[in-house]
Amino acid sequence: MTLRKTILAGVLAAAAATPLAAQEPVKIGMITTLSGPAGYLGQDIRDGFQLAIDAEDGKLGGVPVELMVEDDSLKPGNGRQIADRYLNNEGVKLFTGIVFSNVAGATVPDIVDAGAFYISPNAAPSNFAGKECNENYFVVSWQNDSLHESAGQNATNLGYKTAFVLAPNYQAGKDAISGFKRFFKGDIVGEVYTRLDQTDFAAEMAQIRDAAPDVVFQFHPGGLGIAFLRQYQQAGLLETVPMVVAEPSMDAVILNAVGDAAKGVNVSSHWNTDFENSANEGFVAAWKEAYDRPLTYYASQGYDAARAIAAALKATGGSVDDADAFRNAMREAAFESVRGDFAFGPNQHPVQDWFSLKVVDGEDGKPALKTVGTVFEDHGDVYAAECSL
Amino acid sequence: MTLFLEQVLNGLQLGVMLFLMAAGLTLIFGIMGIINLAHGSIYMIGAYAGTYVAMETGVYYAGIPAALAAAALTGAAMEFLVVRRLYKRDHLDQVLATFALILISNQVITLIFGRQPLFVGLPSALSGSVELLPGLFYPSYRLAIIAVGLLVALGLYLVINRTRIGMLVRAGSTNRDMVRALGVDIRMLYTIVFGLGALLAGLAGYMAGPILAVQVGMGEQILITTFVVVVIGGVGSIRGAFFASLIIGVFDTMLRAYLPGFLRQIMAGSEADALGAGLSSMGIYLLMALVLLVRPKGLFPAHS
Repeated sequence: MTLRKTILAGVLAAAAATPLAAQEPVKIGMITTLSGPAGYLGQDIRDGFQLAIDAEDGKLGGVPVELMVEDDSLKPGNGRQIADRYLNNEGVKLFTGIVFSNVAGATVPDIVDAGAFYISPNAAPSNFAGKECNENYFVVSWQNDSLHESAGQNATNLGYKTAFVLAPNYQAGKDAISGFKRFFKGDIVGEVYTRLDQTDFAAEMAQIRDAAPDVVFQFHPGGLGIAFLRQYQQAGLLETVPMVVAEPSMDAVILNAVGDAAKGVNVSSHWNTDFENSANEGFVAAWKEAYDRPLTYYASQGYDAARAIAAALKATGGSVDDADAFRNAMREAAFESVRGDFAFGPNQHPVQDWFSLKVVDGEDGKPALKTVGTVFEDHGDVYAAECSL
Repeated sequence: MTLFLEQVLNGLQLGVMLFLMAAGLTLIFGIMGIINLAHGSIYMIGAYAGTYVAMETGVYYAGIPAALAAAALTGAAMEFLVVRRLYKRDHLDQVLATFALILISNQVITLIFGRQPLFVGLPSALSGSVELLPGLFYPSYRLAIIAVGLLVALGLYLVINRTRIGMLVRAGSTNRDMVRALGVDIRMLYTIVFGLGALLAGLAGYMAGPILAVQVGMGEQILITTFVVVVIGGVGSIRGAFFASLIIGVFDTMLRAYLPGFLRQIMAGSEADALGAGLSSMGIYLLMALVLLVRPKGLFPAHS
């Protein structure tokens, strides 16, 4: 199998080695989720990525690029079709953009098996971080579990002894709960798996009240999270049971929609708008200038993905065809991340710091996320040990 | 015990929301023979229109007429422009056309309002909780939903059983061709029924706004459950839709609340959670299969 893959990759690389005109822009294929309730995730990744290109007037690392975007509608089959079309008809060698792990699971193997690169700005399922890691697969965001490990550690740091955990009944939801449990030192007094299409959580609220835990951990990204938090407040639980969440359950859009119901919630994240480094300050200012909507961490990951690609393109002089050279340049991660320190671990997933944030009153009177402390330093993921790169 | 009562209330609340959706759907299906997949889109449009007006004016109640008007107008327009051409076609054509309406309305809403969910606060009079029994606190907004739903059910009962238009509706759902043969303006009746169904869907959408997220695609989430209600209740039967809604609402809530805990007593924790979550999401469909086995036309068939 490996031999066949290698030969296939070699043939494809040879076929692609035919020289292109020097000024031809580097094509970047972005497959992302733009429609449906989770459409804003892909929209922000795309716009954050575009922001980095616009900052260089259509270039990344001094190399002209052409960003091609298509909507996968959160359907794994669509993602795969788009990837095939980009690979075969457009000759794209550089891919990014996928929001959801299930789409990534169906699409990424095709891309890397064809000898192209995939730079993830978001989804990073555990299998691709461990045994199935690939030298052409880079993750700029985080490994999925890290989000929730940071929440577990955060809950431990805050001194909570008993926790009630909830997540939707699908792979990422189960990963979230196991990630939380890995670093939470107290007892789990309740564990509930909700439906992925569920928007009414009244039954779960009643169970939480009955269990009376020290803290609630929940993972409900996007619209689910808005509904969950609002019902949490309406049930009167917000005043009595504190909540710990990871970033996906409290991004800027959710925060904006939930409003005061979010005040006091503990969040853990790898990035926040208030980070004081020049890359971040520039990014936040550029976003406010360009877009009239909340700045989410998805946008920051799109931006960082673009800047990581920019650094590699700069090092290779704009060539992606020499896969080894491009890969080595990517591994350097020679860019200033908006989150501060950033490096790739042995499985080409990030090794980075995690921070605890709290929802407080912002300067404009609306609730805002404020960085209050550090949860992890130079945190990688547990799957790196299984990866033999 | 208070936990149990609270879960029953939660089930009732889910049930009346389903009823508001199912009443329209069952009438449209039963009387006009149309499978209207776009019913969920009307729910979404009602929610967006009402929430937008409530956000602009800052008054929750100002959103109600806006939601009702937008939903009824959309419904009437849908009937006039698209659905009217489908009465004589088979169900596959209807499904295709109304599915297209879902896609179109989702995209139009995205173009107008963007992809980010809208937010409307609770009216201040209903934002707290009420202590129904000692120790049993229940959000007053959810109580209000239950009350509105039951009132609508009563109103529908009176309209359908006590008025001339209701008589025509009943007649239409029992024998469409006979009603037409007796010289009733069936087109008018169709538009009225469609508009009424849309109105109820819009009301449901707007009331759901402060609890759920007002977002693109919110209609599809409730639509499938609504179809289950319609099938269990018996196609075309409002009475069936009412009882089936409450049964499904309570049954679904109870499964979610108690099944994992029950299973945990007889097997290992993680397996029980996985199985419990899986079974409770299947529960209403299993119930539907059972009902259809025993009563193939639903609990209260209109064409008996």
